[in-house]
Amino acid sequence: MTRGFGRYALIVYSVIAFTFILIPIVYTIVFSFNDARRTNIIWRGFTLDNWLNVCQSQGVCEAFGTSILVGVVATVLATVLGTMIAIALVRYRFRFRKATTLLLFLPMATPEVVLGAGLAAEFLTAGVQKGVGTIILAHTMFCISFVVVTVRARIESLDPALEEAGRDLYGSPAQVFWHITFPLLIPGIMAAALLSFALSFDDFIITNFNAGPAVTLPRYIYTAAARGIPPEANVVASAVFIAAIVIVIVVQVSSAARRKRLAAL
Amino acid sequence: MAFGAFASTEAPAVEQAPRRKSRVVLFLLLPGILYLLLFFAVPLVSLALTSLQQPSLTGDIGSYDYAFNWQNYVVVIERYGPHILRSFGYAVTATVFALLFSYPLAYFIGVTLRPYRLLQGLALVLVIAPFFISFLLRTLAWKQILADEGPVVSFLQALQLMPADAQITGTAFSVIFGLTYNFIPFMVLPIYTSLERLDLRYVEAGADLYASPATTFRKVTLPLSAPGIISGVLLTFIPAAGDYINASRDFLGSTDTAMIGNVIEANFLVLQNYPAAAALSFILMSVILVLISFYVRRSGTEDLV
Amino acid sequence: MARGQFDEAGADLELQGVTKRFPGFTAVDDLTLTIPAGSFFALLGPSGCGKTTTLRLVAGLEDATEGRILIGGKDVTSTKPHQRPVNTVFQSYALFPHMTVLENVEFGLKRRGISDAGQKAHEALRLVELDHLAGRKPQQLSGGQQQRVALARAIVNRPALLLLDEPLGALDLKLRRQMQLELKSIQGEVGLTFLHVTHDQEEAMTMADTVAVMNKGRIEQLGAPEELYELPHTAFVANFLGQSNLFTGPVAGTTADSISVELAGHKIVVPKSRAKRHTGEVTVGIRPEKLRLHTEAPTPVPEDNLLGPGRIADVSFSGVSTQYLVDIPGVGSIVVFAQNSTFGPVAAEGAEVWLTWHIEHGFGLLDEPGEESKFASDTDTQTLAVQRRKRLESELEAG
Repeated sequence: MTRGFGRYALIVYSVIAFTFILIPIVYTIVFSFNDARRTNIIWRGFTLDNWLNVCQSQGVCEAFGTSILVGVVATVLATVLGTMIAIALVRYRFRFRKATTLLLFLPMATPEVVLGAGLAAEFLTAGVQKGVGTIILAHTMFCISFVVVTVRARIESLDPALEEAGRDLYGSPAQVFWHITFPLLIPGIMAAALLSFALSFDDFIITNFNAGPAVTLPRYIYTAAARGIPPEANVVASAVFIAAIVIVIVVQVSSAARRKRLAAL
Repeated sequence: MAFGAFASTEAPAVEQAPRRKSRVVLFLLLPGILYLLLFFAVPLVSLALTSLQQPSLTGDIGSYDYAFNWQNYVVVIERYGPHILRSFGYAVTATVFALLFSYPLAYFIGVTLRPYRLLQGLALVLVIAPFFISFLLRTLAWKQILADEGPVVSFLQALQLMPADAQITGTAFSVIFGLTYNFIPFMVLPIYTSLERLDLRYVEAGADLYASPATTFRKVTLPLSAPGIISGVLLTFIPAAGDYINASRDFLGSTDTAMIGNVIEANFLVLQNYPAAAALSFILMSVILVLISFYVRRSGTEDLV
Repeated sequence: MARGQFDEAGADLELQGVTKRFPGFTAVDDLTLTIPAGSFFALLGPSGCGKTTTLRLVAGLEDATEGRILIGGKDVTSTKPHQRPVNTVFQSYALFPHMTVLENVEFGLKRRGISDAGQKAHEALRLVELDHLAGRKPQQLSGGQQQRVALARAIVNRPALLLLDEPLGALDLKLRRQMQLELKSIQGEVGLTFLHVTHDQEEAMTMADTVAVMNKGRIEQLGAPEELYELPHTAFVANFLGQSNLFTGPVAGTTADSISVELAGHKIVVPKSRAKRHTGEVTVGIRPEKLRLHTEAPTPVPEDNLLGPGRIADVSFSGVSTQYLVDIPGVGSIVVFAQNSTFGPVAAEGAEVWLTWHIEHGFGLLDEPGEESKFASDTDTQTLAVQRRKRLESELEAG
């Protein structure tokens, strides 16, 4: 709708805005190649050493491993529990529906510091020893709601006629679910799982309250921030970033190509 | 995407959802609901109880007994009043900046790029790109870019726009800057969602009915994207108000910029003053609950999730 | 445009050599057209023919690549939509969902600073008989009601020119017929110039004083509805407005006032006054309802054309009339509509029949034979017959 000057001003603004958004990312990636000795603050020259010997720095790889472990387990738990709730919300009517949606909504609306402190207070009262287990419990909790939102949107976009056709063609409710509904939900479930993993992998605040001695990657970075971050942390973060971006762009481009093919038919 | 969480969509399907065997519903709902009750609702209760505790008679540090010691609230408000006010001040300012920054960008992606699906997708990837790199590392990157010896300060000082002894990091400005930057995607995405759905024929109708582009924007586009703006404001304000990374001494802040999150963390994890941390958490939570209840009244509970 | 006052009633619209090119195709090709003030003008054509683009050019929602647009003699080619004395009733209605019906109708008046906008809006709503729903939101109205609000929102501004972009397309058949009559009577009441875009030939013919048939960005033919129907100039018009049987052959003989075309041993005579070309290969046509069906060989008379014998390949009964598909060797399939004025079908499938028609009913086209067929392959006579049958069936069901 925008025309002439306004349109160009908007394009120029957007290019600047995108550049601004990317600045710290580029900075982080560039400094993963810094030939830094102890503190990675000043540029001292290009090197591949950090990338080739990631694990030489104390604790980076262990922290990364813990983050992956926590992320995978919490994602599996949250995806299973959240998908079940999403199906119930769309396909069934039940009492306490409002209370249920409120219970799902509030964790997303509660500041992380409150979620973290609350869980920590509970673990303290119950005398639970904090560690990797409590981090997983905490991450699963805040991921469930996001899974429900994502999967629910997918179920709602399904054509109910497909399930009706399944029933019409002599499918029992269970068969219809496993042969028709579930396969159609897989893209939504995958998206929810990826989102969960990303949320868990980057969480610091809730983790910090419930980690005890366990060290995840964000926790490692937080502790190291006071004395200087080793470049290996940049390497790990950059590698994760590049992998995630490549996946997302491949998905984008291939779905665009699919649209084009469909349009050509 | 989860950022639609706050965007009000029409809630379909509820009416036609059949009432089927309650055992199936229980099987689907119960595990997840119990989990949330156990690890979300109970902790809040536990936090409430903790906030009223008093120091244990044994005198051990970090040991407290259950009580109804509501004076904890008076104490923390007296001691941390400036931090509480500062938190909301910073969060409001950062939310306003994020909105001003994000709206044109969301408009560009949702409206200008609409005919170019692939470009639109890639632009969205750029917006959420910060999510894929560690929150802490990107904040540290800004710290180093804005540091005293960093490029920005040197440049400004060379131009004499900044006194030689002035700093950026450790100031209120840098904390608000960090909060703004870190929550931009939360602002762009819901606004984008509502602008992407905006039927451009309404804009054409506005032009057809003698409204200038500026009037059409004010009377048509802006009100129709209001749900996205409200979602974006909540999604930015809530984490910004509770954040303690940006304001932390090791990141963009200093002791003078400590926010409520910093004092909760310090009281809980360092000073082991659990009642104070819990009381502060409850103060933060209640402010946010007031905001949320306005939102719920506006759009109903069905759209929440 | 001046603030705070209305324009004088309807104005002429003039398009001078208007062209609109999009990347890859030309939507409107060198269009020149004058629509006199106060008339009801319809642009008729299939989807993609450029009619909606023409409308958007007039509204200012698209910029013309070439040419000029004048409203009431004033050049508006380079003005913005909100500066043009033109209002549109959009196909989707585009009623603002966040405003009430009344706020929607007042919108344009307020932008122009017209006094007592509220009262004028209520008047417009009374005209479309919806004043009692002024406080509702558009989503709470039925399709027909929304359509009327859209109309009220446009005419309340007394535009010099009202543009209607398939405004009835989303309504069901019955409502559409009713709205056609209402629109026509409202146009009479307010005396504005209406430019109506539609792909529904029946709608165009019943409502408009003048119809322009558009195809591939150009106007194929323009005139009163009867004129277009009785004397189409091109095969496209002959087949888009109703149905036609078309035959192509060399001109074999000429008299002072008629030509005769040679067709597989038959001679088809067309008056010179009704034929656009008089020499060479000529396409001539006849409307199906003008054909008479004979079960016995009729005696040839000079005022009639005669084809036959042929065989009936298909009979379909549609209430008011019966449609026959007659195969004549060397000529092809011919569609015949026979009024059901006598009880039961006149002839059965497989029967041997002859066809006659008055030579004054035929017409000769302008199209060069061999020229790339102007009508798509899916509009050949037979397909059209099937489509028409389906449409009639669904119409009967809906009724």
